Amino acid sequence: MLNTIWFLLISIGIIYSIFNGTLVEINNVILQEAQEGVMFCISIIGIMSFWLGIMNIAEESGLLKKLSLGLRPIIRFLFPEIPKDHPAERWIIMNLIANMFGVGNGATAFGLKAMKEMNSLNRNKKRATNAMCMFLVINMSSVQLVPLTVLKIRYDYGSVNPSEIVGPGIIATSISTIVGILAVKFLEERY
Amino acid sequence: MDIFSSALIPFLVLIILIYGYIKNIDIYNSFIEGAKEGLKTSLKIMPYLIAILVSIGIFKSSQAMDMIIYIFNPVMKLIGFPEEVFPLLLLRPISGSGALAAVKSIIEDYGPDSYQGRVASIMVGSSETIFYTMAIYFGSIGIKDHRHTLKAALISYIASIFATIFICNIFF
Repeated sequence: MLNTIWFLLISIGIIYSIFNGTLVEINNVILQEAQEGVMFCISIIGIMSFWLGIMNIAEESGLLKKLSLGLRPIIRFLFPEIPKDHPAERWIIMNLIANMFGVGNGATAFGLKAMKEMNSLNRNKKRATNAMCMFLVINMSSVQLVPLTVLKIRYDYGSVNPSEIVGPGIIATSISTIVGILAVKFLEERY
Repeated sequence: MDIFSSALIPFLVLIILIYGYIKNIDIYNSFIEGAKEGLKTSLKIMPYLIAILVSIGIFKSSQAMDMIIYIFNPVMKLIGFPEEVFPLLLLRPISGSGALAAVKSIIEDYGPDSYQGRVASIMVGSSETIFYTMAIYFGSIGIKDHRHTLKAALISYIASIFATIFICNIFF
């Protein structure tokens, strides 16, 4: 599916700009975006390394385990195939917490670590496990409680009450997360 | 909220260090061990990121989106989705920065407290950039068969759109 979408984005883009007469721009975009990909990866190395370092301390000291105890029942319910006490459990929790509070780069670092841990339980390394699909869908349905960037934009443009969208936003994102979870549970037997 | 979130990180770091030190962990070397993975992971996701960014860049710069908006607008009107927010709806799953730019322009044009402004604000906060996330998370561990992930994510995204409209109609 990602295959098809990737194909459509590029081919529709190029064909449309042939008719639109903006083909020259495509050259610049390719150059620019490819470079942007490299720059982005380089720019997150620092902060990712920092978070992975700090969290490694929390993991080795057992703090991460302690913190995750309270949330464990939810994890057990959503990811039944991850064995109790497996590190994947803790990295998933850390990722979700970082996401909730909008610590974007930390969330990515923990999320990738969680994927790695889940893959250690994977028998077919090319194929996603049920746990991975569930984790990603929850992640992509957004669990952020307060969208700070949006609040900032609303504030900058003179909203009477910039944060009035927080409550409705939490309801909307909860609905989308629940629907996502149900969709994964429903679909996982068919794929 | 701003103060809270900026205090959160230093506090977290402090607590982790204190706890590790008390538990007699070699915190310095433990940090180094963990941090080593940062470089590896960042480099591993690079090809995936380039693939996604280039494809989205080409699509956006071709302005093919205008055509898609034109085709689908009648459908959007039918479900009561404000047509001004439609570009955001298309951009949100593919580009985080693109979606934020769209929110900015909607709020600039209609005001943050307009119906359009509220729908845009809530929508962008209650969803994520699907393709980017999927590409780098699966890419970082070399998973090729994504199974039902994208389908479920899109279902959840559609739910977030309906939820946003429904909630905006109730609350405001």
